[in-house]
Amino acid sequence: MTDHIADTTLTETGLSAEGAGPVLLIACGALAREIIALREANGWDHLDLTCLPAILHNHPERIVSAVHEAVLRNRDKYETIHVVYADCGTGGELERACAELGVEMVRGPHCYAFFEGLDAFADHEDEIDAFYLTDFLTRQFDAFVTRPLGLDRHPELRDVYFGNYRKLVFLAQTNDPALDLRAQGIAQHLGLIYERRPTGYGDLAQTLSRWAGEER
Amino acid sequence: MSDENDDLILSELDDEELVAQMMDDLYDGLKDEIAEGVNILLGRGWAPYRVLTEPLVGGMTIVGRDFRDGILFVPEVLLAAGAMKGGMSILKPLLAETGAPTIGRMVIGTVKGDIHDIGQNLVTMMMEGAGFEVKNIGINNPVESYLEACEEFNADILGMSALLTTTMPYMKVVIDTMKEKGIREDYIVLVGGAPLNEEFGRAIGADAYCRDAAVAVETAKDFIARKHNSRVAG
Repeated sequence: MTDHIADTTLTETGLSAEGAGPVLLIACGALAREIIALREANGWDHLDLTCLPAILHNHPERIVSAVHEAVLRNRDKYETIHVVYADCGTGGELERACAELGVEMVRGPHCYAFFEGLDAFADHEDEIDAFYLTDFLTRQFDAFVTRPLGLDRHPELRDVYFGNYRKLVFLAQTNDPALDLRAQGIAQHLGLIYERRPTGYGDLAQTLSRWAGEER
Repeated sequence: MSDENDDLILSELDDEELVAQMMDDLYDGLKDEIAEGVNILLGRGWAPYRVLTEPLVGGMTIVGRDFRDGILFVPEVLLAAGAMKGGMSILKPLLAETGAPTIGRMVIGTVKGDIHDIGQNLVTMMMEGAGFEVKNIGINNPVESYLEACEEFNADILGMSALLTTTMPYMKVVIDTMKEKGIREDYIVLVGGAPLNEEFGRAIGADAYCRDAAVAVETAKDFIARKHNSRVAG
């Protein structure tokens, strides 16, 4: 069911809600496939989903207003709204906005942390020279990294951006050999050591499960 | 900026035309052309400091303004910076020999846990271009590194940089440590980085938040002038 959604759409446009279910999840487009997979696997038909463009992550200062606006726009149509973002570079601003709006969001600094699990991620907080990719970011690497950083036009800038990184950690939500190969290729292209770290859906699954259970 | 000048021979341009062309070349990130232009001007008897300030700093100021206004983006700024760095590597030893004026001394580094140094490298370059002596202590600096460098370098200014919301609170650790040691007022503390803002700068006790490299230079000049004025008044 998720295969018909193009990654480029999730990056640039997001995803519209279906208008069904008492609960609306307002999520980052980068999480759409994972949320839909969890919803289907668990039969959470009462959870509707709308996604904001994932590319907002390249401008975290725009996330808060986009989420705020989406909550206000949908508030009257659903009994409950949850925000499927972590802090995501907003410096606590998203948390403050969600508290004011009376909606809950996902705990943690970013999706890398909640996919791996906050505790597990905190265990290697000193891993400061790791560049992380998720399944979605691996598929959309060119849209999030290559083109915005001008590496397609100026490959000589690679070391200016990545010279201080040592390794690329692919936080894999699914077991997909093709994606693994792609992530390996990116690591090689960036001159970084490659590590694949299978995470599954991590804390995202637990958070969604709790939200789904509260509303049954 | 211009595509029609591919066959230009820089050495055939007069000084005014050459400076204008170099500013264009800097904007376009043409490293070899900048190095050539620098050498031509030096060969014509220009003082190294004048070569630095007119075509190079002048050109980077335009780059900085267009970046701020959303006309240029990070890749283009980095290419321009790379071209300027090439020109400066020729000028630096000459500036040292000729005793070019020094406005002030700055230590700059990225905070502990953060390896993103693009911003601070730009600030370093622009500050040097404006006549500051800068000691760039690189990435992932604990408080001890900042304080040791400030003392050793006899700095007027401490600059701290962070790209991550998870690392920027460390700036407060550094400032609080300076307060505990009674040395906070010995330095002008400037902070910068994408997730910061003025409110954050005030909250942690910095003297100023600098939005970009050009603002950092202007802010530093302003604080140094005030420092001198207060010494004169005192």
